[in-house]
Amino acid sequence: MADAVLDAKGLNCPLPILKAKKALKDVPSGGTLEILSTDPGSVADFEAFCRTTGNELLESSSGDGVYKFLIKHT
Amino acid sequence: MSDKSNAKSMSIIVTKGSLDWAYPPFILSTTAAAMGLEVSMFFTFYGLALLKKDLKLQVTPLGNAAMEMPMMGGHMVMPNAMAMLPGVDAAATVMMKNLIKKKGVASIEELREAAVESDVRMIACQMTLDLFEYKREDIIDGHELGGAATYIDIATKSDINLFI
Repeated sequence: MADAVLDAKGLNCPLPILKAKKALKDVPSGGTLEILSTDPGSVADFEAFCRTTGNELLESSSGDGVYKFLIKHT
Repeated sequence: MSDKSNAKSMSIIVTKGSLDWAYPPFILSTTAAAMGLEVSMFFTFYGLALLKKDLKLQVTPLGNAAMEMPMMGGHMVMPNAMAMLPGVDAAATVMMKNLIKKKGVASIEELREAAVESDVRMIACQMTLDLFEYKREDIIDGHELGGAATYIDIATKSDINLFI
């Protein structure tokens, strides 16, 4: 179980990233945030977000049109 | 927190103030700020309209050959002879705003607020204020005033410099 869950379904670029950044502020260092999105562009964007910010993308998966990301706050 | 550790920076010169052109600078500035960059936006000429407290942004199909609006399964391009008629801009703006809402795209108001919240520096071009007779109280709080030299100083220290 992630420490926090962000439902960003129905939101388009760049809102999933902006909301994830906000949500990460409340996740302690080492904790995890799960993000649910329906934006296909968020797959590449969360990879890029994590690469630049140094947070760790533990998981990226999809099913039924929903993309799921698990980010470790570092 | 490693969020700020890379301490990269970005500057954007914002020169256009229509609803469509308002998106690229605010999407990029908010996203860059979310990724830990220090961001400065320099609003000049028509771009200064994006700092007004009361945003009345419009989009026009006039002279905009690439503006294809999705309609009834296809796309509609409006001929200039029609696009020039009174009321067309207002109608196109309503259509665009409906699309924006339907597709879960943020409003410019929302993105601008996010930019302010994430400490994006907003610099209003002093010359443009004078030229178009804007008052400082017409534009949002928290802005700074500056000119070309202010921008160049920021640009020389920025990793990314964009002109939009």
